[in-house]
Amino acid sequence: MTHLPFVAASYALGVLLPVIYAVAAVQRTRRATRRLAAIDPRRARSRGSLPA
Amino acid sequence: MDATTSFPPQRRSLHRFANPGRFLRLSGAVLPWLAIPAILLTVIGLVWGLFFSPPDWQQGDAVRIMYIHVPAAWLASAGYFALAACSAVALIWRHPLADLAAVEIGPVGAGVTALCLATGSLWGKPMWGAWWVWDARLTSVLILFFLYLGHIALVRAFDSPERGYRAGAILALVGAVDLPIIKFSVDWWNTLHQPDTITLTGAPTMYISMLWPLLFCTLGYTLGFAAIIVARLRAAVMERRIRALLMARVQESA
Repeated sequence: MTHLPFVAASYALGVLLPVIYAVAAVQRTRRATRRLAAIDPRRARSRGSLPA
Repeated sequence: MDATTSFPPQRRSLHRFANPGRFLRLSGAVLPWLAIPAILLTVIGLVWGLFFSPPDWQQGDAVRIMYIHVPAAWLASAGYFALAACSAVALIWRHPLADLAAVEIGPVGAGVTALCLATGSLWGKPMWGAWWVWDARLTSVLILFFLYLGHIALVRAFDSPERGYRAGAILALVGAVDLPIIKFSVDWWNTLHQPDTITLTGAPTMYISMLWPLLFCTLGYTLGFAAIIVARLRAAVMERRIRALLMARVQESA
């Protein structure tokens, strides 16, 4: 393959960048969900009404 | 009181999704339908482009950089258009999710614009013999990158988030003038960058064996961009609720 380093670098960037954004978004959502579940009184009430 | 009842009928449909619970339910249902096709289409497009599409008779295998560069360039402009549209909705109708959406589009848009510039450089070095030239297309995309960075900085520069959102929205709307300049730069000026290969009015000037993987990559990256924005917006809505609850607790205890 001609120009292999340039092609490989482009594909590495093209794969890494969306993966980094996606992983960051998933982690942020999980963190927010956990914190909200811990402090939201409405969620606490609904948790309390569920059978143990 | 329900958020929809306080607005005139023409604004109700728009503000229906301002309800955080409704937005989280709807976006939670939509997200897998964006993310899974995005991954499939992108993987198919990239593998097809890297291993099965033919090399260009002039560019050789460097043409494969196009399968990353073109979707990134399209998303850089489309992302900014979405940012400007959200800013307009926020300024005109005061839609509470439009502000948050604009804030969440900014960093992702800056990332894809940086990807567009980086892959353009990686293509330019073997083809033009230079990493960078001050060509009208390249320069206008670099300005777009700075507009994204300016928006990111401006919305975080104020103590009051509302003032930051408003300043960012004005910058986004003023900066939208760069979008037609990017689009028509190759027609208005003599540029080293080639003119558009795919247009709405004419047949594409590339082989179908290259066009298909490019379409797969473009659609895949576009759905992926949308999925990332929706996921970030979900997190931002929950974080706003957390801040509101913590503020209420502080005021109660004071």
